[in-house]
Amino acid sequence: MTKAEKQAELIRDISGVDPYKCMKCGKCTATCPSYAEMDIKPHQFVSFVIRGEIEALTKSRSLEKCLSCFACIERCPRSVEPGRLIDAARQLAARERGGGFLTTEEVPEMCDPDTPSQLLVSAYRRYRR
Amino acid sequence: MQRIGVFVCHCGSNIAATVDVKRVVECARLEPGVVFAEDYQYMCSEAGQTKIADAIKREGLTGVVVCSCSPRMHEATFRKCAEGAGLNPYMLEIANIREQCSWIHKDMETATEKAVVLMRAAVAKVNLNVPLKSGESRVTKRALVIGGGIAGIQTALDIAEAGYEVDIVEKTPSIGGRMAQLDKTFPTLDCSACILTPKMVEAAAHEKIRIFTYSEVEKVTGFVGDFTVDIRKKARSVDIDKCTGCGVCQEKCPSKTAKSEFNRGLSKRSAIYTPFAQAVPNVPVIDREHCIKFKTGKCGVCSKVCPAGAIDYEMRDEIITEKYGAIVAATGFDMISLDKYDEYAYKKSPDVITSLELERIMNAAGPTGGHLERLSDGKPPKNIVFIQCVGSRCADKRGKSYCSKICCMYTAKHAMLIRDKYPDTNVTVFYIDVRTPGKNFDEFYRRAVEEYHVNYIKGQVGKVLPQPDGTLLVQGADIIDGRQVLINADMVVLAAAIEPDPTARKLATMLTASIDTNGFLTEAHPKLRPVESPTAGIFLSGVCQGPKDIPETVSQAGAAAVKVIGLLSKDKLLTNPCTAKADELMCNGCSACANVCPYGAISYEDREVRGIGVREVRRVAVVNGALCQGCGACTVACPSGAMDLFGFSNRQITAEVDAICR
Repeated sequence: MTKAEKQAELIRDISGVDPYKCMKCGKCTATCPSYAEMDIKPHQFVSFVIRGEIEALTKSRSLEKCLSCFACIERCPRSVEPGRLIDAARQLAARERGGGFLTTEEVPEMCDPDTPSQLLVSAYRRYRR
Repeated sequence: MQRIGVFVCHCGSNIAATVDVKRVVECARLEPGVVFAEDYQYMCSEAGQTKIADAIKREGLTGVVVCSCSPRMHEATFRKCAEGAGLNPYMLEIANIREQCSWIHKDMETATEKAVVLMRAAVAKVNLNVPLKSGESRVTKRALVIGGGIAGIQTALDIAEAGYEVDIVEKTPSIGGRMAQLDKTFPTLDCSACILTPKMVEAAAHEKIRIFTYSEVEKVTGFVGDFTVDIRKKARSVDIDKCTGCGVCQEKCPSKTAKSEFNRGLSKRSAIYTPFAQAVPNVPVIDREHCIKFKTGKCGVCSKVCPAGAIDYEMRDEIITEKYGAIVAATGFDMISLDKYDEYAYKKSPDVITSLELERIMNAAGPTGGHLERLSDGKPPKNIVFIQCVGSRCADKRGKSYCSKICCMYTAKHAMLIRDKYPDTNVTVFYIDVRTPGKNFDEFYRRAVEEYHVNYIKGQVGKVLPQPDGTLLVQGADIIDGRQVLINADMVVLAAAIEPDPTARKLATMLTASIDTNGFLTEAHPKLRPVESPTAGIFLSGVCQGPKDIPETVSQAGAAAVKVIGLLSKDKLLTNPCTAKADELMCNGCSACANVCPYGAISYEDREVRGIGVREVRRVAVVNGALCQGCGACTVACPSGAMDLFGFSNRQITAEVDAICR
């Protein structure tokens, strides 16, 4: 198994998402409030995982721009829920950086006008030790 | 001792590629009772059947085992062949070495071993088989069609044309169904009413057809050829024989607050009403929930104005009991509720409508007189957005897993009609896939794009936001061009998924007909018996069996009619001899069997029981052989082992198990 394949499997494990259920309807992309700022669009996340191009995902600007508003999770008709893939890619990126955990003390430091507060709440929930 | 012949089929490579058929033949020759065994490439072919028939005569066989496909496929074929050769058909058994063996195994060694075991079990059974004889039951030469939409009307007309009597039971005040609500029909764009209403009139006028509108099936008993059905004729409060259909009562009725069901709630109707002007019969009903007379006792306007004296406030529900030989379910469909789809603002804005509502708006007899206008302010919409697959093809809990099949085509129709009549209106369709298989269907859709310049965008809509200025902001995806699309629409039309009419579930229980996880009635075989229910004598017509458009519905309606005619043309039916029977000596009358019998075939009688050292009157189970379908549930439930099934006796089944475990 190549590294890319391992990572793709890891993303599927972390997210619990079966990318093969996607029927490419684009409802996630249609619903996404951060669409304009994303380089990889929500519906494309699924294809990247299927193709095993995980490095592109973990380096994607979309990881920072996703608000974790979960609209795509709520509305996905196939229960693919691409928001979970983005979340998993974030976790993967955090793990690769090493020590990717947020402490309660760190949160106020990260509050700046460019970072959506919802993202921090979500990240705190996910990445705290 | 039986003289058994074993015939092993290759089924081309279906069996022979995974099972060593020669070895099955060799092993068969060693089995007790087997006097002859051979294999052949296609046992079901004429040559194969001749081999069986010849062997029966030549070897004097008293039993036959055919190792081939599932008995569902060819048991009847081979039994007929055996009968032709002078053998009782129930002396032939199938060992299923295809579906239950070769198709599911990859390793030849394992598969062959299993095939041998299955053959052995069948031989062990045949050793205990006894000849069985079918009984006869009568056929009532009349059919019942449940549902008076295009499916039910067509089925009834076809049956009636063949000379048999048919009754249609329709729960609403008029026949016509969903098709009566439509404006135009694809792909020819002929007016729905123009092709449907003549059929409604024809059905009403046909001497062989009786129509019970505003009626529902209450109870079904009996079996194929001999059903007894209770029909509740709901109190119409109007004498159907006296009423002339002049319509004065509806005009003068002071209560006009009820929502018109026919117009999908887009307009109001009087408490005494016919659903639409072309209703058949053209006799109104009084909706007692909205009638002032029924609510307060004071009013009676309709009775005063009726020139025929047809109004009868005292009328009560009446239950009639009729006999039928065959029953056709044609209960149709409805659109799903959109309550769970907040993102499309269906509840929030009157300008977000379903396709069926648009159908009423575009209909000349509809709430707006056929003028395309916004329901909020009556203005003509300049930008219309259609959203496909709302609740169809969903893997989540909100929608349906299936494709509703008709939406792609009717949306193309709507888009085209709007662009044709109002050329300055922009029409955008958000689609996931455009599915247009069917004669002249794809050409129709292409016309919408090429000739009428309807803007088709591949992608879904994420949300619809009602704006302060009354427009609707539609945010969608164009996943081919890779962009998010924002459209300020005046009207949004949702292609909501269709689902079986809610009455279908209750009906299926009454008919002991099976339904699938989506509530559609199940056909006996998806390809070879598509209009028959697995329950004998029950047939399926139209969308109650699965999503389909009008041409398909009409074809299926005709097919169901042919099956009914085939049944009614028989004077007697052969009954399945594989029915249950209680051994009176062992039965203790505990009712365990009657409790599990799905067909109500078991009753109890006080009988004099005589055995060794026993002579007493006892309550024992009695099986009505005509009702029993041979499912065997009672034989398993019986605690004393008194229940046994002909053709599948406890001894036979034990012998099979023994043979497998040998």
